Amino acid sequence: MLPGFGLSLGCTLVYLSLLILLPLSGLAFKASHLSLAEFWAIASGERALASYRVTFGASLLAATANAFFGLIVAWVLVRYSFPGKRAIDALVDLPFALPTAVAGITLATLYAGNGWIGRHLESIGVKVAFTPLGIVVALTFIGLPFVVRTLQPVIEDIEPEVEEAAASLGASRLQTFGRVLLPAIFPALVTGFTLALSRSIGEYGSVIFIAGNLPLISEITPLLIISKLEQYDVVGATALAMVMLMISFVMLLVVNGLQWWAESRHRGDGLSDGEIR
Amino acid sequence: MFHATRQFFASVALSLFALSVLAEGNSLLNVSYDVSRDFYKDYNPVFQKHWKTVSGESIELKQSHAGSSKQVRAVADGLEADVVTMNQASDVDFLAEKGLVARDYARKFPNNASPYTSTMVFIVRKGNPKALKDWGDLVRPGVQVILPHPKNTGNGRYTYLAAWGYALNQPGGNERAAQDFVGRLLKNAPLFAAGGRDATTTFMQRKMGDVLVSFESEAELIAREFGKGEFEVVYPSLSILSEFPVAIVDKVVDRKGTRKLAQAYLDYLWSPPGQEIAAQNYLRPRNPETLKKYATQFPAIKTFTVDEVFGGWVRAFPAHFKDGGSFDQIYQQK
Repeated sequence: MLPGFGLSLGCTLVYLSLLILLPLSGLAFKASHLSLAEFWAIASGERALASYRVTFGASLLAATANAFFGLIVAWVLVRYSFPGKRAIDALVDLPFALPTAVAGITLATLYAGNGWIGRHLESIGVKVAFTPLGIVVALTFIGLPFVVRTLQPVIEDIEPEVEEAAASLGASRLQTFGRVLLPAIFPALVTGFTLALSRSIGEYGSVIFIAGNLPLISEITPLLIISKLEQYDVVGATALAMVMLMISFVMLLVVNGLQWWAESRHRGDGLSDGEIR
Repeated sequence: MFHATRQFFASVALSLFALSVLAEGNSLLNVSYDVSRDFYKDYNPVFQKHWKTVSGESIELKQSHAGSSKQVRAVADGLEADVVTMNQASDVDFLAEKGLVARDYARKFPNNASPYTSTMVFIVRKGNPKALKDWGDLVRPGVQVILPHPKNTGNGRYTYLAAWGYALNQPGGNERAAQDFVGRLLKNAPLFAAGGRDATTTFMQRKMGDVLVSFESEAELIAREFGKGEFEVVYPSLSILSEFPVAIVDKVVDRKGTRKLAQAYLDYLWSPPGQEIAAQNYLRPRNPETLKKYATQFPAIKTFTVDEVFGGWVRAFPAHFKDGGSFDQIYQQK
């Protein structure tokens, strides 16, 4: 075994326990103050159900949009060189750096009926700010860097020779992309998608300013949690948090399963990363 | 490099130590709601000067501002506030329940322990194009009302209760009619803003809605920000008196030995200079003389208190804003 294993594993376990396991078990402990029937009543209320639909629906849409456009952005940033590339590359990180409330207020102002973007959309009958669509916009904004930053190193690792080899063996451009490049990128794309999705599900700060927050229409689950805390109902808030945690966990499990499946298939083709090189 | 880091940590440690020494005895932490920032920025230096002349001591006054129920939770969780200055009694009630504040805190100071008040008014577009004069106009079809979230924000709750109290006061008014009235008002809201300032931005900057319902004091801030010519203030025939209770956090002052200072700090809010600062911040002073002096700024308006109509926040909060309360019922009727 490599030296330093005991120390580094110890660090890892302590760190993860303090940061993740301890708060999560605290959450579960608080929620356990409720009987199963009480828990179910909170978790399956009409407004809670509507808020799950809004939160998870908007997060899925935003993560999907980011997977598609994030792939294009990452591709352009890795494969081409053009003036201003560094500036654009830095721009991608902006959603990481900006306080989410600032992002939310700015987006709401841009997409409101009299905003720079909103005014043109409204003239063709599309309302964004203060509708569920506004939530998707905010979540897309905060999720973008996750996809781009996960994809960039992977695309960088694909050597041009691989494409040349595909071309010399008679593959069309589309075939090269679909059968050679995409399988290599796919696992990272799924990871980026998952990260963006998880980030979106818990997002509060930016969404709250653009959502409209109308019950049954544009209420996200984190808003209902805040609403419970406003009533000093910490236990009720943890119940909703537990539900979100469970749905997120199942979603992440499915996505990880998909990734595993893609990787094993990829390997079956004899095209795993190791063998390409 | 290494030395620089060590020096840095040493200086941080030293300054932390210095701060902790300063913090005991002659320093106060005032934990307050969000928009009281301007008021206490004016009030604190005046009190510091006053205290210096009375006792000869120099004191440090620290402020913390955020959403009021978040602040109260922080105090309950151990934030060492000597005094709390809130915008809703239900928040101080919570601290009283936890044993941090005296149960009868409202009687420890005059006027229900609220040194100043405000009321909910309408802010409409210049020239009042939709002729919105009273609460009844706000429920007309086609009128868009901007307000912060009625369940989750203090500002929104006061608006909700103001409309409810108005409807109760109409001929034949009862609880059912009031709930129906408020329901119609909420249907005219295209969105629920995240907070008071967010509602103002939505109305003034994004030009949404026909009327913004907010605190009277907010109207003046809008004038400073956007100019007086942009909007008009309409006083409804009846509105709610919002009180801003203050209290000493007994547990903290007894441990830190700051009770005398905390008492003086809050007492001075009722002094003529304190009342004057409130008036200058467009908060209605309790002192009749000061109120008279600023009469043009505060037109007479008929108001009711939460205690009078709703039996206090202790009752109003669960009846209307807890899960399953009247607000939730409005959205379940659909």
